[in-house]
Amino acid sequence: MAGYFLRRLVQSALILLGVSFITYFLLFILPADPVRQIAGRAATAETVANIREQLGLDQPFLVQYSRYLAGLFQGDLGRSFLQRTEVSTLIGARLPATLQLMAAGIATELVLGLSMGVAAALTRGKALDNFLMITSFVTVSAPQFVVSLLLLYVFAVKLGWFPIGGYGTFAHIVLPALTLGLLGSGWYSRMMRSSMVEVLRTDYIRTARAKGLTRARVILRHALPNAILPVIAMIGIDIGIFMGGIVVVESVFGWPGIGQLAWQAIQRVDIPIIMGVTLVSAAAIVIGNLLADLIAPFIDPRIKLR
Amino acid sequence: MTDATRQVEMAKPDSALRRLLQRKLAVFGLVLIGLVLLGAIFAPWIAPYDPAEQHFDGLTLEGAPLPPGGVYILGTDLLGRDLFTRILYGAQTSLIIGVAANGLSLIIGTLVGITAGFFRGWIGTVLMRFTDLMMAFPALLLAICLAAIFTPSLWIVAMVIALVNWVQTARVIYTETSSLAERDFIAAERILGASTGRILFRHILPHLVPTIIVWGTLGISTTVLLEATLSFLGVGVQPPTPSWGNIIFENQTYFQAAPWLVFIPGAAVLLLALAFNLVGDALRDVLDPLQRGRD
Amino acid sequence: MKKLLTSTALMFAMGLPALAQEYTPDPAATPGGNIVVTYKDDVATLDPAIGYDWQNWSMIKSLFDGLMDYVPGTTDLRPGLAESYEISDDGLTYTFNLRPGVLFHNGREMTAEDVKYSLDRVTNPETLSPGAGFFASIAGYDAMSDGSATSLSGVTVIDPLTVSITLSRPDATFLHVMALNFASVVPQEAVEAANGDFGKMPVGTGAFSLDEWVIGQRLVFAKNENYWRAGVPYLDAVTFEVGQEPVVALLRLQNGEVDVPGDGIPPAKFTEVMGDPAQAAQVIEGGQLQTGYITLNVTMPPFDSVAVRQAVNMAINKERIVQIINGRAVPATQPLPPSMPGYTEGYAGYPFDPEAAKAMLADAGFPDGFETDLYVMNTDPNPRIAQAIQQDLSSIGITANILSLAQANVIEAGGAGTAPMIWSGGMAWIADFPDPSNFYGPILGCAGVVEGGWNWSRYCVPALDEMATAADSITDPAMMDERMSKWSDVYMSVMEDAPWVPVFNEQRYTMRSPRMGGADELYVDPVSIPVNYDYVYATE
Repeated sequence: MAGYFLRRLVQSALILLGVSFITYFLLFILPADPVRQIAGRAATAETVANIREQLGLDQPFLVQYSRYLAGLFQGDLGRSFLQRTEVSTLIGARLPATLQLMAAGIATELVLGLSMGVAAALTRGKALDNFLMITSFVTVSAPQFVVSLLLLYVFAVKLGWFPIGGYGTFAHIVLPALTLGLLGSGWYSRMMRSSMVEVLRTDYIRTARAKGLTRARVILRHALPNAILPVIAMIGIDIGIFMGGIVVVESVFGWPGIGQLAWQAIQRVDIPIIMGVTLVSAAAIVIGNLLADLIAPFIDPRIKLR
Repeated sequence: MTDATRQVEMAKPDSALRRLLQRKLAVFGLVLIGLVLLGAIFAPWIAPYDPAEQHFDGLTLEGAPLPPGGVYILGTDLLGRDLFTRILYGAQTSLIIGVAANGLSLIIGTLVGITAGFFRGWIGTVLMRFTDLMMAFPALLLAICLAAIFTPSLWIVAMVIALVNWVQTARVIYTETSSLAERDFIAAERILGASTGRILFRHILPHLVPTIIVWGTLGISTTVLLEATLSFLGVGVQPPTPSWGNIIFENQTYFQAAPWLVFIPGAAVLLLALAFNLVGDALRDVLDPLQRGRD
Repeated sequence: MKKLLTSTALMFAMGLPALAQEYTPDPAATPGGNIVVTYKDDVATLDPAIGYDWQNWSMIKSLFDGLMDYVPGTTDLRPGLAESYEISDDGLTYTFNLRPGVLFHNGREMTAEDVKYSLDRVTNPETLSPGAGFFASIAGYDAMSDGSATSLSGVTVIDPLTVSITLSRPDATFLHVMALNFASVVPQEAVEAANGDFGKMPVGTGAFSLDEWVIGQRLVFAKNENYWRAGVPYLDAVTFEVGQEPVVALLRLQNGEVDVPGDGIPPAKFTEVMGDPAQAAQVIEGGQLQTGYITLNVTMPPFDSVAVRQAVNMAINKERIVQIINGRAVPATQPLPPSMPGYTEGYAGYPFDPEAAKAMLADAGFPDGFETDLYVMNTDPNPRIAQAIQQDLSSIGITANILSLAQANVIEAGGAGTAPMIWSGGMAWIADFPDPSNFYGPILGCAGVVEGGWNWSRYCVPALDEMATAADSITDPAMMDERMSKWSDVYMSVMEDAPWVPVFNEQRYTMRSPRMGGADELYVDPVSIPVNYDYVYATE
């Protein structure tokens, strides 16, 4: 067990290394010169050359990359080209907001997805089941940027139930969390439904019913806990999908997280920030996968630990 | 998550089709796809105007777009262009990119998956680690970066989407291939001296077809959504080519005063993605009953 | 809605001296109050040597001071930290007498050493300042920029309250440069203590000091009780809330929660607001020192033909483009904006005449038009404007393919000289200071035609450069109108060559809450955008 964990840890570290290399390379071949933007309009060719040298951007790719790596191992993510602030400061200031949003999103998709899935499983074949399953298809197919604009428009602008974007109170997090969670809830509801349906069919459950336990008790105490396990394993994978969604959701709702930071940085080709956010996101995804892989053997001992 | 010991039944094509058509949701999905396809193909004939034509009477004096219900059925956008026309032509963009990007990512994913699953060993490990690596990338950030590197065009966008989207397919194909490769009949073929190519094409690939069809269909839904998102962020197809995503992008500042400019194309994206999801899901049930409802 | 045209051009035509009367304080001003200003983007930096976007420019102005300043709400120079100055007879040496008793926010008194340190800092390549080039006329600048010196030889501390600056050539814009944010005086100990993060921990002599900064959420400026200008600022504090969408900010203003939406009135709400008399009364319109234009690369055929360029000028329907941006601009006839000194009044420019344009193209050898590329920045409304331009061009037979890219990519293409046409929107020239030379040097002069330069039309006429330099050598305040007429000639000559298509000059609309007071000019201050925080006040 410990060996497996260790191996996965090493693999994860190597993956992050690979991510950093590829990202740095892509940013390197970007046909946009950050030095021009920093140097400004009135700069002479000399000033530009100086700035390029200052930032070490005149060095060949591998030299620049190794310098970046060296800094990384010391916890230094570099300085933003345009703000001169440490990237770690910028990300550190905004990361809590993103983590809050992700947690809220996961909570939302679980609550919605699981309840829909259970309800569908229990009313299998009937109208409610069909309705819930169609709903799950719709939520999975809806583009997040449209959903966010829709929720903003209907619930914040027209009805005024929630603030129109921003950050601070519980009311502020509802709509963006809902947008993020809606997508995943579709997957979870279907997964939960099929999982429940299978569990309900097992001898184990039939025995419990035969023993005379009430339906509710059977569901709550016996069916649900077993059915939920595969879902839990999925959460880790979900983090990856969330990372893509935050750029759009944070922009539309004005949420001060790293998604917003990344978007602005991409516009301005602020390479250190883009590197930093990509690495942080990749780390989150990798950790999520790691957790999912770790939990999996506990859920299904048949899964071989490769 | 395929159980390595389970037999996979290959459904006969005509009975599969029949079963597919029995499912109401799948039929609904097919009808939607058909409508969009017709709209896209016949756009030059159905559309009342040219999609790039900015009409002088398409805007109010203050430069505001016109609501649906007047001369322009679905209203106009912020340049005075007919929305209905642009939605029709946008269908072309969504379908072309959706299918092309998906086709490309299918090819990449299948190649990677088969190679890794069949040959195993260090090739397999390297390829699958590489797949893990690609999975670790936040796809949207990667797509935005790639789009910034290449001068955008329809095909570049399709390529970018394909490059971030092949991973899921690769993993599934890999799992299937590796389980197939361990089966007795494959070992038997090898003993009989069949070449690797023969085994791959005659024995493995046919078993993968259902999976490829299912993931191919489901994948179009993802690529359609991805294209719309990239266009919404301003890094998709170039104007004035309409795409449902860039219609929303160009007109989003007016989403309060002119919500139809956001929600009509938004609904179009939703319906198209939904249609492919429904059909793909139904195909999965029909072609491989033991995978029903699973991810 | 009140309209204001800063008629400095008129003033110069009348030959009035460059320095106007000192500002008369508003008798109705009440001290106290805390106002809320919103922005969508987080503030990049408050380091005066680095900050160079329209959002942080006025914030930096309120936190720092330079030797020179402007009369609030106008483009007229007035003394700043220097209470007086003398210019030598050859126009090359400026001696500034500093005000005594000016305190930095950290309590220390400002001296001439601080002035020298600040100028050295901004011209030092290690600071990576985008504004270093403005100080090129100071003697010793070249040594600084190539790294052979660590201090400007032309800046001398004569005594703790006197500093003299010697130029390497006469420069009529020098006093304006001393009023730029880049010339702000900063305390060395604070810069060093910040260890590279001075932009997040600014310390200056300005009317406000930075009280709080929660990244991604808000900044709070607090009144500097020891500010050396008596009586100002009136406000106790200014709170900047960031991450607010313009639509949201406007709705909150209507709710009474926000005082000034910093990003202005979003286009979608513009008609609604202006149509309501009560709300329209809260809006103040003013000119901006800004021009939006299309650059035509004169080194890339067929734009190397003057006739072709002139034809393009006549093909663009500027009225319609202004309509597309909700009428928030006026069509432009020339590179300079109307409120800029040196603007040529009465010049009609190229008329909108597609038929004549087509004929001109045919005469130039392109009866069937041609194909080309139009670069544009991919943030709204620029792709839309580009598409309107595209349609105008297609009506005279020119097929323009649009390349809607990230700002950095467009700048790259422009700087490399590979872009035939660029719509300048989003990167459009806003004057750094109210002087006509600001619109020439880097973007129309030969100096800008280098790899990565900002002269995207690659336009270089040495004779014009000479005219420009001659104009800038006129430093005698009594000869100002001659200087302005020289500049007018330069720009008229540019228009004949037509390397640009000037399209529009954006107007500025500032909306404020009812409780805010102060003269209208302060809300459309050409230098402090959007609002001159030092001089406005709250009535409750």
